Amino acid sequence: MLLIFGVPLQALLGQVLIGLVNGSFYAVLSLGLAVIFGMLNVINFAHGAFYMMGAFAAWMGLNYLGISYWAMLVLSPLLVGLIAIVFERLLLRHLYRLDHLYGLLLTFGSVLLIEGFFRGVYGVSGMSYPVPSMLSGGVDLPFMYLPIYRIWVIVASLTLCFGVWFAVEKTKLGALLRAATFNSKLVESFGINVPLMITLTFGFGVAMAAFAGVLAAPIMQVSPPMGGTIIIVVFAVVVIGGMGSILGSIVTGLGLGVLEGLTKVYWPEAANTVVFLVMLIVLILRPAGLFGKQN
Amino acid sequence: MFSLAAIVAISLPFIGAYPIFLMKVFCYALFACGFNLLLGYGGMLSFGHAAFLGGAGYAVGMAVSNWGWSTLSGLVFGVGVASFMGFIFGIFAIRRSGIYLTMITLAIAQMVYFFILQASFTGGEDGMQGIPRGRIFGFDLNNDLNLYYFVSAIAFLGYLACYRIVNSPFGAVMTAIRENEPRAISLGYLVNRHKLILFTLSAGISGLAGALKSLVFASVTLADVSWHMSGLVVLMTLIGGVGTLLGPVLGAVIVVVLESKVGDFSRFMVKLTGWESFQILGQSVSMVIGLIFVICVMAFRRGIVGEVKHFWDQRSRAK
Repeated sequence: MLLIFGVPLQALLGQVLIGLVNGSFYAVLSLGLAVIFGMLNVINFAHGAFYMMGAFAAWMGLNYLGISYWAMLVLSPLLVGLIAIVFERLLLRHLYRLDHLYGLLLTFGSVLLIEGFFRGVYGVSGMSYPVPSMLSGGVDLPFMYLPIYRIWVIVASLTLCFGVWFAVEKTKLGALLRAATFNSKLVESFGINVPLMITLTFGFGVAMAAFAGVLAAPIMQVSPPMGGTIIIVVFAVVVIGGMGSILGSIVTGLGLGVLEGLTKVYWPEAANTVVFLVMLIVLILRPAGLFGKQN
Repeated sequence: MFSLAAIVAISLPFIGAYPIFLMKVFCYALFACGFNLLLGYGGMLSFGHAAFLGGAGYAVGMAVSNWGWSTLSGLVFGVGVASFMGFIFGIFAIRRSGIYLTMITLAIAQMVYFFILQASFTGGEDGMQGIPRGRIFGFDLNNDLNLYYFVSAIAFLGYLACYRIVNSPFGAVMTAIRENEPRAISLGYLVNRHKLILFTLSAGISGLAGALKSLVFASVTLADVSWHMSGLVVLMTLIGGVGTLLGPVLGAVIVVVLESKVGDFSRFMVKLTGWESFQILGQSVSMVIGLIFVICVMAFRRGIVGEVKHFWDQRSRAK
């Protein structure tokens, strides 16, 4: 059997694949955070909680109403995005003129509320969600076993990320969005409804998180704490990548996911902390982040 | 005013207050005061202060149970460890500001959390149990009342230290940096050095609170280093009033009382309305905490002490 630094190739590739899957989640979540931050200047602490809600919506849809995975992949982001829009209209918008920290605190409070509610109803133990039959099974390659569902997660996430990149960089709407991010007063004076744009941006960013949640449901345990653990890693990803560029978020997210997977093989004890270690090193060498602009 | 507080503290156990409960309040109050130094006077929101509270607790546990140190040297060691951690956190965190600083502190604290979860000496998921309280100046601290007076005296000294720091030339410079950093730089102040010192002091005081807490409960657990704890101290400071000296103390009292009464409240609501769903409130304290958080941020951002002070200022200005 082929060994790479003393590790069988099969095990190594398996972990790289898992790393790519986690990295896809990091990429989608950090991209959503960046899109929201660009328009609202708010770091959405509740992003993880919305991701968890996306997964729970899929689980509830299947178990209470018998709605299939494919339908929930569309419905769950819509539903959670709608909740986010109500949240933005009712609460978040009153804080824009204040220090950015209040937006962070409000969304943190909402995390406790949302997570606490789900804990109260469903407990902390995870619930399993079956892999949809169309994507179950795998391909037996000569050097490894390739589960189809994991490939699907990576493809779907990357498609979403590049879709967002295309929409923001290449379309008329994206141009408006970038303009509003740069100078919202000026864009508003051209007769464009910027507050509506802000609300929809928040809804869309959160819907991305919910989409990632549905993708995660069959491979992670659907449980209330699932959002809290991932969001802190995503924060570190955001600090490492900087929030300036979309492609930067995607590359950083995937890269760190793979790095985490490799660490699991070569130095298992550090697997949980390697992303944070990278963050510290980046802070020393390039305080503005790998893709951020120095100011 | 200070002597009044001292008289109240001395007499509380005699009017039937439960010493362990009071000590918990004092520890959290001191924790919040230490946190408030950084947020209220340095304008830096840390989401990683649980690392200092829990880190000091684990350090005391190590020193006293595993190495057999005396209680006093254990406490000093705990504060030292927390201050050193604060120094390290500070070195990285002050390279960025605002929201990024918050995310960095959160990430480093999470690193500490995973380290403590996996290290062999910390008891992993169970935490450290049965930390001996020991003796101090010949008094046996296993007696709750002795411990109570010791803890209240130390907490009071910690509060005085905060008071002194805020009302010192150093505190004045920190306030200047908070209000207008570029101006402070142009006046020739070494801004980063000041921030780093404040970070260390804030961590040291939070560590003192954690060290005392580990003696009071004779244990340290993973909950002490988790991000929920970091959020809780933000809430205490916010409820009481950011940037006021008394606010965090009041906030800590409110949060601790609330945590212990949420169960009673939910039972009361179930009885009152006959709606079983109120049971969820009692099972999930974090929901109630989250709700108060949201209300505080939306409705009264100055906090209780801050609002009172604001009202007072407005009135005296009107006259």
